[in-house]
Amino acid sequence: MSETKETTLTAEREKRRGLMALLHGNRVFRSLFRHGLPDTNRNRALATFSNFFLHVQPVKVRLRAIKFTQTFYLGGLSLVCFGTLTITGILLMFYYHPSVPRAYEDMKDLQFVVSSGTFLRNLHRWSAHVMVALVFLHMVRVFFAGAYKPPREFNWVLGVILFVLTVLLSYTGYLLPWDQLAYWAVTVGANMAKAVPVMGEDIRFLMLGGTEVGENALIRFYVLHCVVLPLALTGVIALHLWRVRKDGGLHLPPLKGKGGEGDR
Amino acid sequence: MALVDDLNEPISEREITRRRALLTLGGGALGVASLGGIVTLLRFMSPNVLFEPATRFKVGRVEDIPIGSVLVIPKRKIFVARNDQGCFAMSSVCTHLGCMVQHQTASKAKEEFFCPCHGSRFDFEGNVVGGPAPRPLDQVSLEIDGGELVVDIKETVPHGTVTEV
Repeated sequence: MSETKETTLTAEREKRRGLMALLHGNRVFRSLFRHGLPDTNRNRALATFSNFFLHVQPVKVRLRAIKFTQTFYLGGLSLVCFGTLTITGILLMFYYHPSVPRAYEDMKDLQFVVSSGTFLRNLHRWSAHVMVALVFLHMVRVFFAGAYKPPREFNWVLGVILFVLTVLLSYTGYLLPWDQLAYWAVTVGANMAKAVPVMGEDIRFLMLGGTEVGENALIRFYVLHCVVLPLALTGVIALHLWRVRKDGGLHLPPLKGKGGEGDR
Repeated sequence: MALVDDLNEPISEREITRRRALLTLGGGALGVASLGGIVTLLRFMSPNVLFEPATRFKVGRVEDIPIGSVLVIPKRKIFVARNDQGCFAMSSVCTHLGCMVQHQTASKAKEEFFCPCHGSRFDFEGNVVGGPAPRPLDQVSLEIDGGELVVDIKETVPHGTVTEV
């Protein structure tokens, strides 16, 4: 680096320091952000791993890893779907009563009476369908890239758990509109569970909270859909993302020809 | 690159770079979208249909209430009473802290109504005769429609209003 350029850079940095010094010297600010201005490599690294929302990210990412065609962002998009589903789901809960006399009517009210109800319900429904598709495609991508191979075997297992949780969320949510489609889909699903050898009957009984799809089944599916499964999914997602970093970041195919650009 | 062509100003100070312009545009769009989202959210949260009982309802016929007696309707939190001038309806919500005022069936003349929470006492017309209540019981609208008494609990009327029979 030439001397003049370095002098200009230092001057620029000093100027920014002057403007931000007041803010960065502030005790409250320093209690929130432990690091100084992100103008050195050390502070840039600190900005990432001392931030709760960024700490699962590696401090440095290889350029190849963030290329769209490398992953098609399928995992991230699944996460976006989950976020959309959480927000729209919470809003729908404000108008939905999980009881036999009210469930169907509340669903109809959401569509025809509540302001923006149709939009939110459709957003929830479509995000759910898209999420199942995205999670599946994410698995396919990981499989064909061979990204499940050591040292990432356990993260593949976590991924399978996440897929199962996604499908279960989809299934439990299916009953909540309490229309004919919901009723018979869950009837069929519960009878499929009955096919499990030896304990099939007991599984079905526990699943429905009775011998038929009724009030108990509705409240069970509601609690699973709104509390148990989303919490489980959130926990396993956190573990899954953390493992991605701990297993050495994104799996990348080896570069052809050694010694050139290096593993960037 | 410069969007400002004021030659008298040093360019480095006034220049709006493409990045800055795009940031402003993007930030502005995000701001507008967020504002719209908040408005939509508030509209969503305000119910368009209520599953609450009607505020205007019939309580019975005039003949059902003899002069000097009180009709108690605990479900709708009202008393309908009749004196020599006519009928009137009162809210049974205590004016002190909102408990349910009880009608004393075996009462003496001056203690028609009694609040179990803090001991406020009201007479037949709803006037305070004891306890911490700051003002008489609220009176609500009472109309007579073809001999039927119709109460509207949403509409309060001045204390002492009497509907002639």
